[in-house]
Amino acid sequence: MAKEKFEDAFRKLEEIVRQLEAGDITLEEALKSFEEGVRLIRVCSAKLEEAQRRVEILLGTEEGLEVKRFEGNDGD
Amino acid sequence: MEEIFTVTQLNNNIKFLLEESFDFVLVEGEISNLRRPQSGHVYFSLKDEQSQIRAVFFRAHNPTGGRNLFELEDGLKVLCRARVNVYLPRGEYQLVVESFEPLGVGALQKAFEQLKAKLSAEGLFDARHKKRLPFLPRRIGVITSPTGAVIRDILNVTRRRFPALDILIAPARVQGGEAAGEIIQALRNLHAYGGVDVIVIARGGGSLEDLMPFNDEALAREIFRSSIPIVSAVGHETDFTICDFVADLRAPTPSAAAELIVPQREELLAKIESLRQRMTSSFTGYLEDRKEFLEDLKDRLKDPRRHLVNLRIGLDDLSERLRRAFFVRQRNLSGDLRLLRARLYHQSPRRQIHERKIMLERLRKDLFRHVSGRMEKFREKLRTASSVLESLNPLGVLQRGYSITTSVRTGLIVRQSSEVRVGDDVRIRLAKGKFDAKIEKIFQE
Repeated sequence: MAKEKFEDAFRKLEEIVRQLEAGDITLEEALKSFEEGVRLIRVCSAKLEEAQRRVEILLGTEEGLEVKRFEGNDGD
Repeated sequence: MEEIFTVTQLNNNIKFLLEESFDFVLVEGEISNLRRPQSGHVYFSLKDEQSQIRAVFFRAHNPTGGRNLFELEDGLKVLCRARVNVYLPRGEYQLVVESFEPLGVGALQKAFEQLKAKLSAEGLFDARHKKRLPFLPRRIGVITSPTGAVIRDILNVTRRRFPALDILIAPARVQGGEAAGEIIQALRNLHAYGGVDVIVIARGGGSLEDLMPFNDEALAREIFRSSIPIVSAVGHETDFTICDFVADLRAPTPSAAAELIVPQREELLAKIESLRQRMTSSFTGYLEDRKEFLEDLKDRLKDPRRHLVNLRIGLDDLSERLRRAFFVRQRNLSGDLRLLRARLYHQSPRRQIHERKIMLERLRKDLFRHVSGRMEKFREKLRTASSVLESLNPLGVLQRGYSITTSVRTGLIVRQSSEVRVGDDVRIRLAKGKFDAKIEKIFQE
């Protein structure tokens, strides 16, 4: 689940909170939802805590497509 | 000695001369009398103040229809690349136009308006085709010049808002005749390489001519076909291009595009934190609720006798209500019964029989009265008739000494002497008894 999209995880988290707030679920479901929520928070936070980014340039060459590190200024 | 030509020979010579001399010419003029037959070729005249020349633009020469920025139209000023062609059967000559370009800013504006109207009619700008931008892209594709302020602005803004988003730059010239083609290629490269979930096409501000590549029909169609959402960030806030209309989102500037695509990391962190708090408190609340519910259940479970008492009271209540309901019902029923009995009595045949008897008795008396009256009348009549009869009785006459003679032969009463003959037997009836006699002598009157 490491490849889980941030958006999907975020939406699932919102849904879980909504469900728990509505309260019309069984105890088992509530426990499972809570666990899942905790996991999703971890997934989302991890994505947000990443600090490094890759800036690359996509070049079409004779042999096909090639990706290189972008040598220009990577922002501030 | 002057040379004599046939028409064909002359035209052939002219054709040779003209087509040799004007194999490639640049002509500028205004389009008029434009016709577009089924074939798709375009026939028109190119004219200036003093003169005009017939021209044709073959569709075959224009396979990449998109490369021509606009449709030919009457009144447009154009610069044509053409050659002169002579049509032998009619001895006419005309320009065969290879390509053309509009003259003046008015024409560029015209081209823009034409293409916009055409693509709009085809539905390329419809909101229903717009793709939603990803909430938080993993990698952003950027098509622009790899040098200059635009890419720098985008990198700065994205880094400031969210430090960890990958950027993949697909370089392309964004000005000049090759720009549209390079941008299309860059789009295709990004699609082929994959891994980007949004693409920005970016360029700084410029004149209408500078922005012409972004008004290219083929580019517009390529953007429309894209499976990845595309943000157009071309020029300044006031500049609009065809790209802006067909893209999924138009950003007024490249920096604004970066802001639209990339959420603020701090905002997201705050949102996650708020969700975490809501989740924890609602889960705790949920558990509290369950606990309370459980306590309640436990209390109720403690003493089943209380439940029994409740049941018993309920039962009493029910039986009382049942009894009351029964009595009420019974009372109602006996009332009904009385009523029915009265009605039934009212309808009894005994009364009718009695009434009929009385009537019968009356009738009988009437009948009796009538009958006896009539009997008396009959008796009276009878008495009168008997006395009359008495007076008429022949026996009475006989009493006075008369007799009645009857002829034995004829059986008839003899009323005169001529009715009998001598020797006839006659029977004589007296008042008392009768005797037979024989006629001996007849006396005639």
